[in-house]
Amino acid sequence: MIRLLDPVAALGRVTLNLVSFLGELGLFTASAIVGLLRPPFYLRNFSRAFAEIGFFSLPVVAMTAIFTGMVLALQTYTGFSRFAAQSAIPSVVVLSLTRELGPVLAGLMVAGRVGSAMAAEIGTMRVTDQIDALSTLATDPIRYLVAPRLLAGVIALPLLVLVADILGVAGGFLVATSRFGFSAADYLHNTQQYLHTADVTSGLIKSAVFGFTIALMGCFFGYRSRGGAQGVGSATTSAVVAASILILALDYLLTQAFFTA
Amino acid sequence: MSECAKISVRGLRKSFGTKIVLDGVDLDIAPRTAMVVIGGSGSGKSVLLKCILGLIPPDDGQILIDGEDVLTAPTSRARALRDQIGMLFQNGALFDSESVWENVSFGLLARGLIQRSRARARAVEVLAQVGLGETVADLFPNELSGGMQKRVALARAIAAEPAIMLFDEPTTGLDPIMGAVIDGLIVDCVKRLGSTSIAITHDMASAGRIGDRIAMLFDGRIVWEGNAAEVRASGNPLVDQFINGRREGPIKMALRR
Ligand SMILES: Nc1ncnc2c1ncn2[C@@H]1O[C@H](COP(=O)(O)OP(=O)(O)OP(=O)(O)O)[C@@H](O)[C@H]1O
Ligand SMILES: [Mg+2]
Repeated sequence: MIRLLDPVAALGRVTLNLVSFLGELGLFTASAIVGLLRPPFYLRNFSRAFAEIGFFSLPVVAMTAIFTGMVLALQTYTGFSRFAAQSAIPSVVVLSLTRELGPVLAGLMVAGRVGSAMAAEIGTMRVTDQIDALSTLATDPIRYLVAPRLLAGVIALPLLVLVADILGVAGGFLVATSRFGFSAADYLHNTQQYLHTADVTSGLIKSAVFGFTIALMGCFFGYRSRGGAQGVGSATTSAVVAASILILALDYLLTQAFFTA
Repeated sequence: MSECAKISVRGLRKSFGTKIVLDGVDLDIAPRTAMVVIGGSGSGKSVLLKCILGLIPPDDGQILIDGEDVLTAPTSRARALRDQIGMLFQNGALFDSESVWENVSFGLLARGLIQRSRARARAVEVLAQVGLGETVADLFPNELSGGMQKRVALARAIAAEPAIMLFDEPTTGLDPIMGAVIDGLIVDCVKRLGSTSIAITHDMASAGRIGDRIAMLFDGRIVWEGNAAEVRASGNPLVDQFINGRREGPIKMALRR
């Protein structure tokens, strides 16, 4: 009888854990957002996080964008020449980049780079009592550590994606003009022709959401890490995995909301 | 006595899973008194301080500061009561992304007690009290030796001249001379500022220098409490074994379990 109930008990345990995890995450997010709305604001922490996400991620994101633009042009040419539609290259490149690949790829790269660093930093602060020390020094740790990082994520990632969009188009331009005989003027004209403002803004809104998600996961898993270096290590991994999966899932939901509604 | 106590701990209980750490701790600390808590490693001394600070929620019991129970008081009131506490963590817990002077002046700036432009100069003054020169002020915690980190942490704990000071092993990791200096400093702070303090230590020489009173935590309870001068004649076998560092005695039973 007891044996029979084991799977049920296990299922119950998993469900309870999941509910308490989500509850914890919800409370954490709520208090961080409250921290953004009421002073004190920690500008120094915001600018540090902003530089980390927006500036120091530039090289990685730029490389990703350029190569993606180049390979898009190449793939489109080889694929579309089967039905003589090579002239669609510029549109395919710019639409895929702005609507989809710019936000998602930049998001994934930043999740790997910054989400992990945030989890490691905050996790180390947790296991060395620095977070406890903050609250003994009249400072709310969530307000001080988490709120500025969330805001930095929301602002910095769209800017980064804007740069990625431009560099990606430049990558496509380079390949199309040097290998497939496009003239520069034609390429730029075709790029603009079918591009709507909504293509760009939807991508930027996506990236703001992704930036929030990356910072939230990094902070959350770091904040609740336990048990020394090993705990910090697994918090880092969890933060990156959770942020990456959430980016892909949210991307689907947001795309559906923007373009099929 | 307990009516006018600055800090009273009543029936405090805390378990982690099945492990009972605090099992009904009762402790009263009169104003302007320096209490030293002794006890074996892992006996729950740090947990006791963290409960007082509100960093670990106890399972049961009361913690009264100025006669008010901080566990049942509204959040803002509890925060105000605890805001008079300065804490030295066992491992220092310095912010490693901030320089030494920023660490020391952190609480002052957070409470708006000084201007940022004045903060470094103020931090240097406090650092001088713990025997550190101005050259240290612009370094980062990871550039300091363990003993220097401890002193910076002490400077940070006392910078706001708190009415209650909690010291978790203030002299562990210091050489004997610096240990004595820090003990002297703690005594000085407590006497000069009229603060109430709780210090945790394993070092009986240090306990004798710092404490007006000594309490011993064992098996989740306070098993002895008395004036510091009387500790050698406590008549309590647990205390005798602890202060003499004997391997044979009642505490060994606990270790074997
Ligand atoms: N967050 C926690 N989760 C689980 N167990 C804990 C936690 N904090 C402390 N403990 C346990 O509580 C017990 C008491 O720990 P505490 O740190 O208070 O010891 P201590 O008396 O300060 O020892 P020491 O003199 O070595 O610093 C230990 O057995 C420890 O394993
Ligand atoms: Mg301890």
